[in-house]
Amino acid sequence: MMHVYLDNAATTQVDPRVAIKVIKYMNDRFGNASSLHFKGREAKKALEKARHTIALSINARENEVFFTSGGTEGNNLILKGVAFANREKGNHIITTKTEHRSVLESCRWLEGQGFKVDYLDVDAEGFVDVKQLKNSITDKTVLVSVIHGNNEIGTLNDLTEIGKICRERGVYFHSDVCQSYTKSPIDATAMNVDFLTLNAHKIHGPKGVGAVYIREGVNIGKWRHGGPHESGLRAGTENIHGIVGFAEAVKIALSSKHVSYMTRLRDKLTEGVLTRIPYAKLNGSKGEKRLCNNAHFSFKFVEGEAIGSLLDDYGICSSTGSACSEKDLEPSYVLKAIGLNHEMMNGSLRLTLSRFTTEEEIDYVLEVLPAVIKKLREISPYKEKANVLSGDV
Amino acid sequence: MYSAETFERFKNPKFAGQISDADAVGEIGNFKCGDAMKIYLKIKNGKIEDIKFETYGCVAAIASTDMMCELVKGKTLDEAYEMSNQEIVRGLKGMPQVKVHCSILGTRSLRAAIDEYRKKS
Repeated sequence: MMHVYLDNAATTQVDPRVAIKVIKYMNDRFGNASSLHFKGREAKKALEKARHTIALSINARENEVFFTSGGTEGNNLILKGVAFANREKGNHIITTKTEHRSVLESCRWLEGQGFKVDYLDVDAEGFVDVKQLKNSITDKTVLVSVIHGNNEIGTLNDLTEIGKICRERGVYFHSDVCQSYTKSPIDATAMNVDFLTLNAHKIHGPKGVGAVYIREGVNIGKWRHGGPHESGLRAGTENIHGIVGFAEAVKIALSSKHVSYMTRLRDKLTEGVLTRIPYAKLNGSKGEKRLCNNAHFSFKFVEGEAIGSLLDDYGICSSTGSACSEKDLEPSYVLKAIGLNHEMMNGSLRLTLSRFTTEEEIDYVLEVLPAVIKKLREISPYKEKANVLSGDV
Repeated sequence: MYSAETFERFKNPKFAGQISDADAVGEIGNFKCGDAMKIYLKIKNGKIEDIKFETYGCVAAIASTDMMCELVKGKTLDEAYEMSNQEIVRGLKGMPQVKVHCSILGTRSLRAAIDEYRKKS
């Protein structure tokens, strides 16, 4: 049976060229970058070379890139590090309702520490309400944190527009770009961002490694104490093999034409699903304002966990925002924020592509998915509705 | 994780469908709460002669309702009314704790169908 991995927003397959690099630095070049001997110098050289690659990819300087263990650590570091370091200026943070959990949970924790957080609304396509942002900034605001590419529905917020507002109002701007990095252009300087969160495993790199961009001169406190690693900001022996793998993944991603390739397959998948399956709706934004690898649907009269389980049986990996798939039995907060009703949240399905996705795989999904939806609708008590309703999707 | 029994029943339910000349139909739930279920009964001499179901719900809801149908087929209405969801879970060789509530939907709609039948007759 064909195996089709369409859950690349969760994680991606490590590129074989990345894996070779990682193994090399695990086997031969295993030194500690803080050591003074030749093994240490070898590791240090690799570390700084990787830093250069990452800096170049976001139009930043090397001294503005700090390696972390991934997106969650990066978001925690920025949110907490900025909040505590700028307490004299103010205690107000602005973020959105559709951030990654690591931003939202950091914010909730900060609220418990006496900080005030506003969670901005998004529109039906998932774009942050810029007017509300402008009105929310006060003289107590220290940080605005807005996700770039949404991990569920693929909506790409306009960082340039938000960065301009923040710079004019004199507040720091952070963006979690884990999903969009190498898929949509990111220019730290032109976009007026002060902080970025990046990670490796969404771009065919290894898990457990990422980086943050911190603009030179901004005020941020450390969040991990120990040795003077990463200019004293982030203590802990550097994960050299992971970092080298991360940089290799970035190099490969930026040198290939995978964005236009994935966009074409995404559009083929989306059009195919919407033409072949009645009562289906695309969630999120469209065209260039959407992640090139994200397709997210709602199907009426059927439940998402059931859809995903049948797809799994056909060798297709997917994801859903249905309440039934969650331990807390709550539907996705992102789908709630864009105003979907329970039926549309529970009937949701996310398919996320990568540059390794093939045309044959998309054809296979377009063959299997309509049959899966049909099978579940046949045993749904709402199928009469499906037969009599028309046009209303 | 679901048991192999649960997954197999979800994939190939034996009792999914309708009974056009049902003696009683029980319906509970709605879209809003995420699950909805319909049970169709054919009753002869106080026993369940045939049973079918339709479900809008997750893997657990579909599999547990199918299991319930198998367990109550041929039973008297009194016996069927007492069917507990623990028996269904046992029949499915266990169910993740967070999903056990899904197995209650089946028994609730079965009782609704039996109540309707008793009201009629």
